[in-house]
Amino acid sequence: MSTRIKEILVVALVLVFCAIIYIGKVSGWMKGVTFSPAVSMIVIILLAASLAVILVLTIRGRLVGRRTVFVYVGIAVALPLFMSISQYIPISPEVRTLHDGLEDLQDGSKVLVSFDYDPPSAPELQPMAESFFRYCMDRDFKIVIMGLWPQGPLQANQAMEKVLEDPKYAAKNYQYGVDWVNLGFQTGNEFVIQRMGTDFRSMFATDYSGANYETLPIVKNVKNFSNVDYVFNLSAGYPGTVEWVQVAVDRYGVKLGAGNTAVQAPQCYPYLRSGQLIGILGGMNGAAEFEKLTGHEAKGTKFMLSQSFSHMIVIAFIIIGNVAFFMGGRKKNLSV
Amino acid sequence: MFWEHFAVWVAAFLTLGIYSFLYKDNPWYKLCESIFVGISAGYWFVTLFWDNIYGKFWVGVFPPTHVNELGESVRTAQPDYWLLVGAVLGLLMLLRLVPKIGWLSRWSLAFIVGATAGFYLINYFSSNVMRQVQDTIMPLFGSGFDASAYVIIGNIVVAVGTFTGLIYFFFSKEHRGAFGFSAKVGIFFLMVTFGASFGYTVMSRMSLLIGRIDFLLSDWLGLIR
Repeated sequence: MSTRIKEILVVALVLVFCAIIYIGKVSGWMKGVTFSPAVSMIVIILLAASLAVILVLTIRGRLVGRRTVFVYVGIAVALPLFMSISQYIPISPEVRTLHDGLEDLQDGSKVLVSFDYDPPSAPELQPMAESFFRYCMDRDFKIVIMGLWPQGPLQANQAMEKVLEDPKYAAKNYQYGVDWVNLGFQTGNEFVIQRMGTDFRSMFATDYSGANYETLPIVKNVKNFSNVDYVFNLSAGYPGTVEWVQVAVDRYGVKLGAGNTAVQAPQCYPYLRSGQLIGILGGMNGAAEFEKLTGHEAKGTKFMLSQSFSHMIVIAFIIIGNVAFFMGGRKKNLSV
Repeated sequence: MFWEHFAVWVAAFLTLGIYSFLYKDNPWYKLCESIFVGISAGYWFVTLFWDNIYGKFWVGVFPPTHVNELGESVRTAQPDYWLLVGAVLGLLMLLRLVPKIGWLSRWSLAFIVGATAGFYLINYFSSNVMRQVQDTIMPLFGSGFDASAYVIIGNIVVAVGTFTGLIYFFFSKEHRGAFGFSAKVGIFFLMVTFGASFGYTVMSRMSLLIGRIDFLLSDWLGLIR
């Protein structure tokens, strides 16, 4: 049997196995799995022990392949999702200042949320969006949503739907057009922000569903940024937080908080120190911290365990890789 | 209902197909990659057409009308004929496809370069230069010698890091002696910066993986409670 046929058979078997689990899920006889704290600890110990074995093998000169590293990273990400243990999440100053900025607002204030990201960044930014909406509803804030990325308003709708699934928030009876509105996407990047500084309506003549701006009670008296109490930007790149700082903050004096993907966060930290940003939620860590502060622990917190495990695996393999490097005498060879 | 199951299976099939590249390059991966590239190109074409050409230009020049209470057909907004200038400049860009008159596209490019340079110059100079410089020039111990040890140390690190970082990029003098030592300290700060950025990048990429694995185990297979 050729290797290709073997590979196809393995893939087919995996898919059939997954199909059986899926049918079990749909028909209800397959329940989810959760590791108890004791089982979780055993899994962690086994994982650490296997890494120690790899280290010993490396010292003895038997190097592992790159696929082993992939498998370990996959395991480190997947297994914590089943674990019932939690991780201590300290609150960083930049998240606390963002939260304090929101706390300073009066109940019923008007907040503008700009969704400047698309589905690839959702694992990091969607938990921030959901916990931000929950916080806003707790405080009865009026929420005006917009997007400088085409898929941003769709992400906003998903987050809002998710939050409204919770009976606690569904009972609040947040009405579209009165308590919250999605103005949709507008093309033009930072020039949109520039125009909004003088007239929101010039950029958003209609909302996401095509209703005229004037017919929406929530934005009836919103002419420009001076009629908004707080702006929160969820950003994954350009246009995003940098543009909001440059135009909305520095030209129009907007109070801005930001939630960024981890890749973008270091670029935005200088604005924090200079006071141009009130606070930053940096990546999944920032999302988890905000969830903890607002008392709505959700996916951000849940994913942090996987995040920490995967980082430990990366660190472990960096150590193993360096051991292999020095034990194998490659340094000597490279310097020749 | 059927389409919901179908959509989840398609998403799972494509996710696994993309990750199959970790094993080795294979036809499944290539199929998924091609689907991704094709759909992305189509999506962006349609989005840009409806948002820019139709949503901005067409609706701007020919605003839609609606019937008011008196039964009269009225425009929802005044036509903005300045958009025609942009449309002409856009058409000139396409003349690059005609070699004989392709030079006309330079007018559009000149407009774009000039306008964006002017806009960005102000923005970046104000936000990324003046405000940052202003924030770096500050009393080390607080305005009334009232800063905490944490703040004082932070201020000293910022001052030393900025100063030595600038020295590293000063190439008009040979990096020797005290000057060379300062440049080396500057390199140290740069390395810390790059390290922090790399750490954040790892966190971001892991987040993407966590998102997909959560989808596979939770939304697809329902294994996570």
